[in-house]
Amino acid sequence: MPRVKVARKSTAIDMTAMCDVAFLLLTFFILTAKPRTEDPVPIDVPSSTAEVPLPEEDVLLLTVGQGKVFYTVEGTDIRKQTLTQMGEKYNINFSPQQKQVFSGLQVIGVPMNKLQGYLDLDADRRKTFKQDGIPNDTTANNELADWIRESRKAVASLHNKPLRISVKGDNKEEYPTIKKIIGILQRQKVNKFSLITSVKNAPKK
Amino acid sequence: MAELDTSSGGGKKGGKVRSKKASTRVDLTAMVDLAFLLITFFIMTTTLSKPKAMDVTMPDKDEKQLDQLPVAASRSLTLLLGANNKVEWFVGEPGKSAPETVDYGKDGLRKILIEKGKEIQASTGKYMVVLIKPSDKSNYKNVVDALDEMKITSVESYAIVDITPDEVGLLKRDGNY
Repeated sequence: MPRVKVARKSTAIDMTAMCDVAFLLLTFFILTAKPRTEDPVPIDVPSSTAEVPLPEEDVLLLTVGQGKVFYTVEGTDIRKQTLTQMGEKYNINFSPQQKQVFSGLQVIGVPMNKLQGYLDLDADRRKTFKQDGIPNDTTANNELADWIRESRKAVASLHNKPLRISVKGDNKEEYPTIKKIIGILQRQKVNKFSLITSVKNAPKK
Repeated sequence: MAELDTSSGGGKKGGKVRSKKASTRVDLTAMVDLAFLLITFFIMTTTLSKPKAMDVTMPDKDEKQLDQLPVAASRSLTLLLGANNKVEWFVGEPGKSAPETVDYGKDGLRKILIEKGKEIQASTGKYMVVLIKPSDKSNYKNVVDALDEMKITSVESYAIVDITPDEVGLLKRDGNY
């Protein structure tokens, strides 16, 4: 009787399918990726039951933390146009290179008179630069109000759409700062805006 | 599996050219490792959850208040947002009814809103109007919480209004300022 031979099987697994899946996922993530924007100041967003997602385009975001206000607007074309208009308003001539840098920046929080210097810094130094927020006060003409107004104009002329303004505030931010921003918006007849919140489960009724 | 014939024809020995059979399977383990590493990287660096937005509509601050309807004091509920996460509430005009201090959340503000909403609906036959008045000592979270309670208790009509000195006085008296 012949001995039963145990067939030797190779332990190598066919990795092709796994490789396919992995790269498919990778492609998906690369295509849907939107880099996380770093907040210049730590911000702990309050939670609410609101479930409406913020649109991706034509959004102006005011980040409020530690009494400072930072400005973000979506879209490189909008940013460029806004800077040009702001330059005209404040009689500052931004070079094409500075405009290029500005259109790639996410969060802006420097006063107008320091903006050129800030844009001239190299990328690493800009990251560590301590931004002290866009100046704002209760008068009708302050830099924050101008930024908002010029962005609204830019969006209206380039995209022919109203700009949606949203406020992202820190939990512990004192109300007077928020009140000031609301005041600035109301003076421009912006009575509708959004507050950014994180999700909390709605209670059962 | 598709396999490539990479064997080189061994033509050293004269006679027949015999192609040597060599396995052409490439070890894909390293490639899979790399792919998953990149996937992990992209998951970590991207924001998956989009920020949620809560819409706020402020009352028009137009100077000429022509087309504004007065609201009966009996229908209005005023919330004064004070310090240390406390809210004071009263129905009607300030000073005429004693304010009460409650906390935010399920057993505090929400209970009041639901109860008073029903009461006002029953007594006047109209919906309740809530005025949210944040004081300078309240913080952003308080405002968002108050607005959120409006949504949870489905209050139809509410507004953020500036606080008056009298009402600050009320908050001060009760130690919430």
